[in-house]
Amino acid sequence: ALTFAAPVVADEDAELVINGDIEIVTKTAAPEHLSDVMDEILSGWRFRSDETQAMEMDDFDNPGMLGAEEGMALFEASWGSEGKACADCHDGPESLSEVRATYPKWNEGAGEVRTIQMQVNDCLTTKMGADAEKYDSGKMLNLEAMLASVARGTPVNVTIDGPAAATWEQGKEIYYTRYGQLELSCANCHEDNYGNLIRADHLSQGQINGFPTYRLKNAKLNGTHSRFKGCIRDTRAETFSPGSPEFVALELYVASRGNGLSVEGPSVRN
Amino acid sequence: MKRIATTFAALCLTATAATAEVAPTDVAFEDGAVALSLTGSAGNADEGRKIMTSKSSGNCVSCHSADAYADVPFHGEVGPILDGAGSRWTQAELRGLVVNPKMMFEGTVMPAFYKVDGYTRPGDAYTGKAAPADLPPLLTAAQVEDVVAYLMTLTDE
Ligand code: HEC
Ligand code: HEC
Ligand code: HEC
Repeated sequence: ALTFAAPVVADEDAELVINGDIEIVTKTAAPEHLSDVMDEILSGWRFRSDETQAMEMDDFDNPGMLGAEEGMALFEASWGSEGKACADCHDGPESLSEVRATYPKWNEGAGEVRTIQMQVNDCLTTKMGADAEKYDSGKMLNLEAMLASVARGTPVNVTIDGPAAATWEQGKEIYYTRYGQLELSCANCHEDNYGNLIRADHLSQGQINGFPTYRLKNAKLNGTHSRFKGCIRDTRAETFSPGSPEFVALELYVASRGNGLSVEGPSVRN
Repeated sequence: MKRIATTFAALCLTATAATAEVAPTDVAFEDGAVALSLTGSAGNADEGRKIMTSKSSGNCVSCHSADAYADVPFHGEVGPILDGAGSRWTQAELRGLVVNPKMMFEGTVMPAFYKVDGYTRPGDAYTGKAAPADLPPLLTAAQVEDVVAYLMTLTDE
């Protein structure tokens, strides 16, 4: 028999309920647009070890919630020359509880698909007289964690048709492109091989319903674009930058592959 | 007779040139296999084992497991188990598989280890930056031969 030192793999049937209260859908039928490639979509939570899974079941054990709390403090603080706080215009984070599940989203006025961070930067620069935050900066991720935390349990539901369709198609093309000297696409790892080990890593479907994620590996919140960058770098490729049009399109496409899973961020991953 | 003599002379020439290695762009495939050694000589199986099992080198273990290197931790499951590969394939086929497995298995996820062009956004190793103009192959000709030599030892008893 084969006796390799195998990493701990999670209980495939575990269910996620946060604080004994918020039920999280971590497994459901694939959205219509994926029907020719997979039947079922699974959150990355299902692929993690029992201990990592447990950290997400209680806000006191989830280090990502500290970021959400800091995000809450930022929401109430005034930044920039106009002396305004987010809370001056937005009636508490709960008034923004639809946001995490529906972004990236087409913005009619701007004529572009916007990620949450692009929208927050627009509020910062055009409404608050503040400087734009760097993409995936600590502050941005704390705000994002806060917006995710108030949306936990709601199903991801990004719109892929209408004016968002062209961006979605661009993201889909990137998802299936085999980049770098290893010539690997997102799909090669996260569609063709999820459930398999690649070295010590148990491959998930690469879903982003849990973002931002607190990673035990670097002990901080991580944004989707930084994760995409890391995965592309690992194919020995020249990456795209966080905030680039390519990653905005890819975020919309990857988010749409998780339509139906619950918003789960800030999640805990290894 | 004259004809044979010229062929012989040509062969000698190739033999001398072969010590200078077959370049990644000059590898000749036949049905996915590569008949001639890339270096003109046989590889070292012990070196091949090290290349296959170390993360900083060939890192084949990240996708392939094998009883033959069970002492190395964390075997991947993306590719087939390699025990018996030396019985399933000829040496030429194994060389072809390591040089560029896409010539044997169209669309395979396995990377080509002796190839330098035809990439989309090639990078400079794992830096995320653009590749230099003279991007080296993942393995040198000698390393490919070492890996092939080791794979040949993975026979079914
Ligand atoms: C002076 C008013 C003002 C301030 C201050 C402000 N916003 Fe906004 N915000 C808006 C308006 C108006 C919109 C709608 C913009 C649009 O649709 O183009 C908006 C939209 C948003 C949205 C998207 C909502 C949706 O349903 O699509 C988010 C998220 C958001 N703001 C977050 C923030 C955060 C975080 C801050 C503080 C850093 C902030 N805003 C500060 C006025 C403001
Ligand atoms: C060489 C294999 C490989 C490729 C190619 C790859 N990834 Fe990953 N990815 C991983 C591994 C390993 C992990 C960590 C374990 C896991 O969650 O799958 C990961 C994790 C992720 C995660 C985090 C999931 C979570 O729940 O926290 C996302 C999102 C992701 N990848 C997206 C992508 C996208 C988008 C692409 C293409 C641009 C891509 N990956 C390409 C190997 C890969
Ligand atoms: C990213 C994953 C990956 C890596 C890395 C990889 N392989 Fe593979 N390999 C595969 C897959 C998948 C196949 C099966 C071919 C197919 O059907 O796509 C394969 C097939 C093979 C085969 C033939 C399979 C058999 O046993 O009959 C050999 C031999 C082989 N690989 C050797 C290697 C060697 C040697 C290395 C490193 C120098 C390596 N592989 C690196 C994924 C990989």
